[in-house]
Amino acid sequence: MRIALFATCIVDAMYPATARATVSILERLGHEVIFPAGQACCGQMHVNSGYFKEALPVVANHVRAFEEDEYDVAVAPSGSCVASVKHQHAMIARRCGDAGLEARAAAVGRKTYELSQLLVDVLGVTDAAAQLGSYFPHRITYHPSCHGMRLLRLGDRQLELLRSVAGIEVAELPEAEQCCGFGGTFSMKNADVSSAMLADKTANICGTGAELCAGGDASCLLHIGGGLSRQGSGVTTMHFAEILASTLEHPAAVTGDVRLTTGRTAQ
Amino acid sequence: MNARTEILDRIRSALRDAPAVPDVPRDYRRSSALGEEELIELLTDRLLDYKANVFVEEAATVPQRLAALLESTGRYAVPHGLDQALFAEADAHDAGSRRVTDAPGHRLSVEELDGVDAVVTGSAVAVAETGTIILDAGPDQGRRVISLVPDRHICIVRAGEITAILPEALRRLDATRPQTWISGPSATSDIELERVEGVHGPRTLDVVIVRG
Amino acid sequence: MSGTFLGMPSLPVFGIGNLHEHEPFPKAAHRELGNTQLRANLGHATRTIRDKRLAVVSELPDWEELREAGRAIKESVMARLPELLEQFEANFTARGGIIHWARDAGEANRIVAALIRDQGADEVVKVKSMATQEIGLNEYLEEQGIAAFETDLAELIVQLDHDKPSHILVPAIHKNRSQVRDIFLREMEGVDPELTDEPARLAAAARAHLRRKFLSAKVAVSGANFALADSGTLAVVESEGNGRMCLTLPETLITVMGVEKLLPAWEDLEVFMQLLPRSSTGERMNPYTSLWTGVTPDDGPQNVHLVLLDNGRSAALADEMGRSALHCIRCSACMNVCPVYERTGGHAYGSTYPGPIGAILSPLLTGITAEENSSLPYASSLCGACYDACPVKINIPDILVHLRGEDVDSKRGKKRLPSQMDLGMKAASWALSSGKNLGLVEKALPLGRLAAGPDRKITKLPGIAGGWTQSRDIPAPPGLSFRQWWDKEHQAPAAPPAATGTGDAGTEENP
Repeated sequence: MRIALFATCIVDAMYPATARATVSILERLGHEVIFPAGQACCGQMHVNSGYFKEALPVVANHVRAFEEDEYDVAVAPSGSCVASVKHQHAMIARRCGDAGLEARAAAVGRKTYELSQLLVDVLGVTDAAAQLGSYFPHRITYHPSCHGMRLLRLGDRQLELLRSVAGIEVAELPEAEQCCGFGGTFSMKNADVSSAMLADKTANICGTGAELCAGGDASCLLHIGGGLSRQGSGVTTMHFAEILASTLEHPAAVTGDVRLTTGRTAQ
Repeated sequence: MNARTEILDRIRSALRDAPAVPDVPRDYRRSSALGEEELIELLTDRLLDYKANVFVEEAATVPQRLAALLESTGRYAVPHGLDQALFAEADAHDAGSRRVTDAPGHRLSVEELDGVDAVVTGSAVAVAETGTIILDAGPDQGRRVISLVPDRHICIVRAGEITAILPEALRRLDATRPQTWISGPSATSDIELERVEGVHGPRTLDVVIVRG
Repeated sequence: MSGTFLGMPSLPVFGIGNLHEHEPFPKAAHRELGNTQLRANLGHATRTIRDKRLAVVSELPDWEELREAGRAIKESVMARLPELLEQFEANFTARGGIIHWARDAGEANRIVAALIRDQGADEVVKVKSMATQEIGLNEYLEEQGIAAFETDLAELIVQLDHDKPSHILVPAIHKNRSQVRDIFLREMEGVDPELTDEPARLAAAARAHLRRKFLSAKVAVSGANFALADSGTLAVVESEGNGRMCLTLPETLITVMGVEKLLPAWEDLEVFMQLLPRSSTGERMNPYTSLWTGVTPDDGPQNVHLVLLDNGRSAALADEMGRSALHCIRCSACMNVCPVYERTGGHAYGSTYPGPIGAILSPLLTGITAEENSSLPYASSLCGACYDACPVKINIPDILVHLRGEDVDSKRGKKRLPSQMDLGMKAASWALSSGKNLGLVEKALPLGRLAAGPDRKITKLPGIAGGWTQSRDIPAPPGLSFRQWWDKEHQAPAAPPAATGTGDAGTEENP
């Protein structure tokens, strides 16, 4: 299968290891990964902040970028960005009166999958240890991000994939389904409420005794990890793709440092 | 322009995009197939959950049950249409002297109702799944006020009145009759969202379910 | 269809009354967050009700079908509102009820006060009602020399404490039992000085306190949960029996109801009376529901009035994206699951309608530019828990986003300096609308590493971004963006074989 990777802007710029892990997993399964060069961002920061006019060129760019190459499906390691592509792009085009873009955006949206959706529903991955060689000998907990859970209905896909990693120990996160408080610009506009939500989330995470909290959205992990770092907790965050990509030969490192998600040093 | 015309005009103006009227999918359960004993069992379970007292009787044992329930009470009210024979056993002790009847032309005042210890009524329909008894002011149930002011409500529910689910019950009722749906004694969850039984409505609900 | 509008479209007429946020939500939230007792009370109460709701909802095999039916019925009500109102009016008046129409809060208040005076009364008993809260009826009546006694336990607590409701179902949710006892001891005449804080004892005290009032009241004021167009029937859903007292004992009953509360037909009640109790108090059925159709001779009030209230509802209806907010049946499930509400409480929202539904309903009723209501649609992380919990499937997150757009657009035309957010969004729009631009921006990432310093984290940012660093660090950016890594991997002629693991994939320098 020829798979177009939508890295998402935050992963591209801040968490490249997540995208590299995604490439690694898909190639291990024998698929070809392409990276449409024109891509940038899904635009949900603009949309969710009410800047629809400013969102339009971002949306149009995404649609254009993912129309240029031939591929079977597109994938992104983010529930939130995929939800935006699937649910917001056509709406923005419609609101801005661009019926042509609306139809094209809907077509791109139909071909776009969140990583666990693609792995489980399309590629039939149910046992990461057996099918991907995933190995990660650590105690983790897992936060299900809201948009994956409620907009994409991912259910337990990410968690079940994590549970099937060799060597892993998954501790249940109390009140897991409560939002971490990120919410895009909410974290700045309503910083106090966001921080209060974050404090409860990080307290629940620390209470599990896990070394790290895994998740499927880099933005939520940036937020949670930023809080854990500020509190000096020694607990960190990691995208589930990096855990799936981790193998006995090339284990992903847990540093307890906020910059843990670096992959490996240069060889 | 008067307010009525103006408001209706505003609403029509608001709907100038002529939104479509959707079909209502009624794919929810609208009928059920529970037998009498299952209905009684379910209704009993739900009423007990509300902290109501439940007594399941044969038609012949109802007068005995009523006599027992009324034994320690003082005066009690009944609607005129309730079968007086139900009190045969109770009357054996007091010759009906504790019973006051609310009847057309002989209405009990609020003060009189406040002075009785209990009220005995029938019911129109019951819903087993939700533990709900519906009164529609029929002759055996009386005016709404009589089942409200006394602190104890003894309610007779005949098995034939029990439906499994709410849609079945509604089909047996006339919307325009004054209705009171009762699901347990009065209660409140207003303090820390913990349910407490017994506020302004009757604090005790005794339900006598009659088989057959 | 009588709903077809042929006249000139009129501008929306917005609502007035207790519908406003008086200070920006973040400021109000900041204050409320500082109240640790409030947060503990709310956390306890909302957790309790969330669990109860989940238990009774999961019991029904057809919950989703009921929600879908509820949504469709409400959508159909909105589309047919003019004809349904006329049908309801005809049926209600045919049975002796009297209908009054009120364009706004002020008109509704004047109508109610005049009706009370017509009975020669100077006090009324009240059943908890959001509509009368919204129009500020109690305050207006007080000005007119008419005393209004709230009879719902939580409303009584709030009224005795000279406080404001903070939840639409449990107005005193912000008080715990010992606070309630203290209020009763302080404010309730003739209360037992030995009163404990057991909820059952507190409820008994309320019973004793209100009993005489109920038995002697001449006039009652209520709201209504539902109105059935095909029969002219009104419904009030309650728990304590205070509703039955008010709806049954006085000679005169005045009900105030928003025009959107209609249901087309009797059979529709079977849907909503399954959805509402389970969503609100988490019970299979609420203890008492009363239904009345105009006047019933010899049974209950003989003077029966209904005030049909617009107060901005027609304006909300005119908003195609927002009109489904009018589907709300005031169950409060959305606030009970909302992580923002759980932490700030209802007072932070200013309006009678707090929580997620309030964050959309208030600005829809008043217009986005009214007072500080434009800050309400941002009072959400868009987590979507409210949409999942809503028994009539109001897509609250989508409407929040829609209203944010209204807010941003309403400020565009004005001559003012662009905000930091405006400038940031404009710059980001440029950076994120082409891969080339983003690539250029990513070339600056090493600067971030420099800013992060040796401990590799950024702990303080300027301006609005300072909101972020008040509780969170930002990691130092990577040496190479993914895009840069990909280009290196795929353009170098002697590229290494395809990556086989995170480790192999990484060529990032860590200086």
